[in-house]
Amino acid sequence: MSLSAHDKELIGKVWTKISPKAAQIGGDALGRLIVVFPQTKIYFSHFADLSPSSPQIKAHGAKVLGAIGEAVSGIDNVSASLSKLSELHAYNLRVDPVNFKLLAHTLLVSLSATLGAEFTPEIHLAWDKFLAIVAAVLSEKYR
Amino acid sequence: MVHWTDEERDIIKTFWGKIDAEEAGHQALTRVLVVYPWTQRYFSTFGNLSKPSAIAGNPKVRAHGKRVVVALGDAIKNLDNVKATYAKLSELHSEKLHVDPENFRLLGEALIIVLAGQFGAAFTPAVQATWQKLLAVVTAALSSKYH
Repeated sequence: MSLSAHDKELIGKVWTKISPKAAQIGGDALGRLIVVFPQTKIYFSHFADLSPSSPQIKAHGAKVLGAIGEAVSGIDNVSASLSKLSELHAYNLRVDPVNFKLLAHTLLVSLSATLGAEFTPEIHLAWDKFLAIVAAVLSEKYR
Repeated sequence: MVHWTDEERDIIKTFWGKIDAEEAGHQALTRVLVVYPWTQRYFSTFGNLSKPSAIAGNPKVRAHGKRVVVALGDAIKNLDNVKATYAKLSELHSEKLHVDPENFRLLGEALIIVLAGQFGAAFTPAVQATWQKLLAVVTAALSSKYH
């Protein structure tokens, strides 16, 4: 699976549109993750507040979306763009890779909630592919 | 038997009342066929599915999407016995249609994304969690006659 030129164009267009609200969307996506998939809370046991309105959850969500923005900027080589994060997740965090799919889903939900009808099926496809690539890169060094 | 809280039942009924089965079904099925193109294999009699605009404009896709979401209404009317409600549909999907149950999950996810698009911020994490639970119960019921 790889991104076509058209996919990259759609991904870039959406990113430009949402980047002013990236922190908020990231916080929203992470908030959805911990509520819809409560097992993910295990990775945030050091957060005092594990509700979607938690400042720590929002801040962490913003961080995640920031990293996704880096992947968008370096979309022709996501592996290189996220290389440090890939190592972090593999050697330190050891987040079960299944969670990358769960977060991809809640991020698509956040994008849909934010963009409404503008989140067309084609844009949904491009972002679904892109987030799958991000997930694969983050899991790359696990074994 | 699945346990539903009063809050979950309320959320389901409230949002169900605002959903247009045809529109939501059409959008969800369109997304499945566009985002996961291998699923088009199940719809070889539907005519033109050659590109996203063809899929979105295809009347058979619209009709089938509507049918699926109308059937979801049956589960909602029988929250305490979804499994029995879907026994015949499960047999149909297993014995006749040979649909891999993974596809029920994909359609459920697509519907969640459609609902988020329709309701925006009102589709809160708690509302999403309730609807994902409903769709997980539906998926389990539809998969139940496979073995």
